[in-house]
Amino acid sequence: MNIRQMIKPHILNTPPSGIRKYFDMINEMKDAISLGIGEPDFETPWSIREEGIYSLEKGKTFYSSNAGFIELRREIARYMKSRFSLDYSPTGEIIVTVGGSEAIDIAIRTFVGPGDEVLVPEPSFVAYKGCVMFSGATPVPIELKAEDRFKLQPQQILDAITPRTKMIIMGYPNNPTGATMDYEDYKAIVEVLKDKDIIVISDELYAELTYRGNHVSIAQFPEMKDKTIVINGFSKAFAMTGWRIGFACGPSEAITQMLKIHQYAIMCSPTTAQFAAIEALRNGEPEVKKMVAEYNRRRLLMVDGFRKAGLDCFEPVGAFYVFPDIRSTGLTSDEFCEGLLKEERVLMVPGNAFGASGEGFARATYATSIDNIREALTRIKRFVDKVKAG
Amino acid sequence: MKNQILEILRNNSRISDEEIAVMVGATPEAVKAAIKELEENGIIIGYNTVIDWEKTENEIVTAYIEVKVTPQRGQGFDKVAERIYQFPQVSACSLMSGGFDLFVVVEGKTMKEVALFVAEKLAPIESVLSCATHFVLKKYKDNGVVFNRIQKDEREAVIL
Ligand SMILES: Cc1ncc(COP(=O)(O)O)c(C=O)c1O
Repeated sequence: MNIRQMIKPHILNTPPSGIRKYFDMINEMKDAISLGIGEPDFETPWSIREEGIYSLEKGKTFYSSNAGFIELRREIARYMKSRFSLDYSPTGEIIVTVGGSEAIDIAIRTFVGPGDEVLVPEPSFVAYKGCVMFSGATPVPIELKAEDRFKLQPQQILDAITPRTKMIIMGYPNNPTGATMDYEDYKAIVEVLKDKDIIVISDELYAELTYRGNHVSIAQFPEMKDKTIVINGFSKAFAMTGWRIGFACGPSEAITQMLKIHQYAIMCSPTTAQFAAIEALRNGEPEVKKMVAEYNRRRLLMVDGFRKAGLDCFEPVGAFYVFPDIRSTGLTSDEFCEGLLKEERVLMVPGNAFGASGEGFARATYATSIDNIREALTRIKRFVDKVKAG
Repeated sequence: MKNQILEILRNNSRISDEEIAVMVGATPEAVKAAIKELEENGIIIGYNTVIDWEKTENEIVTAYIEVKVTPQRGQGFDKVAERIYQFPQVSACSLMSGGFDLFVVVEGKTMKEVALFVAEKLAPIESVLSCATHFVLKKYKDNGVVFNRIQKDEREAVIL
């Protein structure tokens, strides 16, 4: 038997990640600086870790209910209300998942399949397109523009909609651009979406990492709440990536169906992580504030450094990424990142890894120490100067 | 802006004025002036380095000493505290609530040196009633910094 022939075309046709090769290269290098990793460099705050440890010491090693511990769902409901003015019932409208990642996957699988089209504004988190493809549905990219500061424009949605469009997946604050959508931005989008039968998946994993103004959720618009699934979690806000815990909130009709997939595929999310997450929501805020303040300082330093290196760089006000325009070097994103890594041992991720419209850009994360950022920027400037001098 | 500067310097006093300027959205000149003012007003009163002396040849012995004193008329504890903290061996000195009055940190090359300092200099001071000396055996954390923890980036490459 040729096992390859047995594999579903949906899977075979999904390209592997284009950035693997860079990580393989950097592993061979000494003294390299990675601006490539999309996770906090902070360890999980100690009080949160300690709650996880206590739960193990007390022998709390059993499954939770499928949707997650009710105490945790209550804390999530309280958090969504106090932080984002969103009302969700802990019984029926909230599900605790294995990271935002699982929430994205089951939300997509609950609604779309072969024959459906899903609008995916790009550049964006690579999992959106992948999960849509695995579901059998067709991802339809919308090319976000640097001129629009990578914000989604209503006309772009109108241009992309067909009778088969069933869902749109938005992620703001955005990975990889660092763009955010404020109230007015969403208002224009809501005008277009409010009377269409299109489900909105709003990935708000980086909501806490908003450096100007307050995070806005599209679900705050009453016209949108009953067709939006809000996805959030602990990975970025509380530096809890390895714990694998996140959640989805939405209309109970949708959450009930998502829960079926979760039940059969996952059972429940890790309970140690659930205990830790309760502590995060109860007492984690001061630590989050400290981390956000530190990210903000690094963000300003990095934007300034890219501009001084001669690269155009719009100011990202969310997440922990900077997305400079590298077209003035005359290189493609791939050439730029490969050259930078080989010659100066600094890893950035080519923008086209996040969708074709990311070509001409590269992503750097400031989830790394100021010493690293300083040294990396010196090297980047040297590289850009050399390339521009020909 | 001053609070932001203090927040930054508190964790890293080696950071340059130019970098601080970018982080707080001001000019380097303005930052320089603000820091000068903080220094002149006695708000920033020094810049220290946290050193793990154990890893060098010149090891340092530290003792935390609980001192009980009789306060002096009109001057309270200030006068005796001043007599104590003037010694170069004293690296810290605070007035305490509770079971004793002054908390004195003394550093020396050897235990003997510190013990002699306590016996010959500290204890004989007129208003000092008693000294309880505790030697530090091992430092785990000081000034917010954990000792013997080499920060290594252990994050693995994932696709995101
Ligand atoms: C935009 C976005 N959404 C979701 C995730 C997934 O986060 P997790 O599954 O750790 O909650 C990530 C991780 O990088 C992300 O960047």
